[in-house]
Amino acid sequence: MDGNLERPRIRRDDSYYALRRDIEEFFYDEAELIDNRRFEAWLDMLHEDLRYFMPMRHNVKFGLHAEREDTKEEEGISWFNEDKWTVGKRVEQILTGVHYAEEPLSRTTHMITNVQILEATPDANDATTVKTSCRFLTYLNRVEYETYFFVGKRYDTLVKEGDDWKVLHRRIILDQNVLQAKNLSTFF
Amino acid sequence: MTLPEKAVDFVNWRKGEISREIYVSEEVYRKELETLFTRAWLLVGHESQIPNPGDFFTSRMGEESVILVRDKAGEVHVFLNSCRHRGMKVCRYESGNTSLFTCPYHSWTYTTDGRIRGVPLYKALYEGNLDRDQWSLIEVARLHNYKGTIWATWDPQAPDFLTYLGDAKIHLDQALDCRDGRPGGSEVIGVHKWVFPANWKFAAENFLGDTYHNPSHRSVDMIGIGPSALEGVKGRRDNELEQAQHVWCSFPAGHGVHSAVQPEGFEFTNSFKNDPEIADYFRHCHEERKRRLGENARFLPFVGTIFPNTSYHGRQPRSLCAWHPHSANETEAWRFFLVDADAPTKIKDFLRTYYMRYSGPAGMTEQDDMENWLYATNASMGTIARRYNFNYSQSLNASQRNPVVHGIQVRGDVSLQVTEHMAVGFYRRWAQHLDMEPWDVLLGAGDERFAEDMAAE
Ligand code: FES
Ligand SMILES: [Fe+2]
Repeated sequence: MDGNLERPRIRRDDSYYALRRDIEEFFYDEAELIDNRRFEAWLDMLHEDLRYFMPMRHNVKFGLHAEREDTKEEEGISWFNEDKWTVGKRVEQILTGVHYAEEPLSRTTHMITNVQILEATPDANDATTVKTSCRFLTYLNRVEYETYFFVGKRYDTLVKEGDDWKVLHRRIILDQNVLQAKNLSTFF
Repeated sequence: MTLPEKAVDFVNWRKGEISREIYVSEEVYRKELETLFTRAWLLVGHESQIPNPGDFFTSRMGEESVILVRDKAGEVHVFLNSCRHRGMKVCRYESGNTSLFTCPYHSWTYTTDGRIRGVPLYKALYEGNLDRDQWSLIEVARLHNYKGTIWATWDPQAPDFLTYLGDAKIHLDQALDCRDGRPGGSEVIGVHKWVFPANWKFAAENFLGDTYHNPSHRSVDMIGIGPSALEGVKGRRDNELEQAQHVWCSFPAGHGVHSAVQPEGFEFTNSFKNDPEIADYFRHCHEERKRRLGENARFLPFVGTIFPNTSYHGRQPRSLCAWHPHSANETEAWRFFLVDADAPTKIKDFLRTYYMRYSGPAGMTEQDDMENWLYATNASMGTIARRYNFNYSQSLNASQRNPVVHGIQVRGDVSLQVTEHMAVGFYRRWAQHLDMEPWDVLLGAGDERFAEDMAAE
């Protein structure tokens, strides 16, 4: 899924760049909502059939990366591997006001960069499904001194519903092995 | 502040008071590494992680890296992950299969049974000086495979693992046995590893059975994330124990558990309601378990800590956790998630999904624990704070020895109400470890609570 090497590169023409701007705007809107703690509005940007996945990353021998570096969506344990109901529960939990890991709320800044369209169906002009890759840098600071940087890659599948894009599949590759944070209490 | 000479002076078990120093002092921490983590039995891993000859899983004991490996002949070993030459880690992969560990520094190689296979330029540079048989990888003194879980100790004098476990065995069993009562049969389906800035004992103590901290999980209980949540059931798990008498048990070696005993004739309670097929499966397991274990099937686990730093979650969710010390105020947690190895894929998928939303740093329940442990450590570090003890008087002297509960004898120093007496028992042994007491003392000799039992043996 990460290997955008195997798939034919989409032609970089005007329709590609127009589509990319559209998708970038979507990602920036997501970041804006999350960073402003408008979590319920953010949930509306997620497809009803969402899969939200963050594998753990293993230290493996050269040559075994494709097979063993990341935990898998189909089996075993990962950091996140869930549907919209569960992501919604996370929002609901924060909104109770007594989820102490997020009470008081953390300050977050979600940065998205290196956005590329990997696939547009049927084509860049009239895309109703896109596969994208990007990089993220998420800064989280809470209470007084607790500060974390989450940096990695994200591979998304977005589908169009009416005029709006929705996230159907999100694969979040956090570049850490032992998690260097006490909690993953923000959204990616 | 000068620390007391003896660690036992930190623990006023009669009053239920414990000095904050034990959670924040670097000096105490160094002592723990030297005395406790060099002698106690520690969880290293699970045999399902190394099913084949040559399989290895890199683990930890205390602060130190170790390799759990199944050698070419099928025997399981645990080695210090440090080359005998200059100490380089001979393995920096988390797991895999190999016939040799090749040191990246000067290329000494070791076979999977720890012996030196190759020393570059041996004949020219070492012949006559280096007896290779004397320079194998450093191996633990004792190792025990208990129902698939691998435990090890650096102390050749340590009692055998089952003696160490004592009456905590039946409780740990509930976490390790198949849901239908067959002994053992679990497998590890993944390991969460993360660091948090708190003393490791906060976590170990919490899992002894700190039932009192329930309010800290209020948010998750309000929203409901359990195996019946889709049916509108609130709480973080199914309430299987509604009719049960909870028991909180302290054991001579320092272990503590919170379990429950169901009343006679108890039935499968409404659980796993999200999916009738899943519910049927567990109903079947319940009936089988009753058939196999008879009256003992009424024993159900909740949580526990096997002294000093291995905890388990017995049913919903089901996992083992090793709290590895990093420093006085940092811990690396490894949570090993368990399922029955032969459970259908659908069951495993259901369980792992539940485990992930419950446990670990992304878990909606455990996140709140970490927040508490961090700031409890943090706010205990000050000079003034350290002058004031923690209070452990909850249900002090309310426990009894080996009570009969719903017709079943529950062994240990047992409380039938929410209590902190397991923590007090844990720290009494903890202090004796730091004071380098002999093993009979570390197994409870001299602890008046168990004197009668020990005399009887
Ligand atoms: S440190 Fe391993 S060969 Fe020198
Ligand atoms: Fe908890």
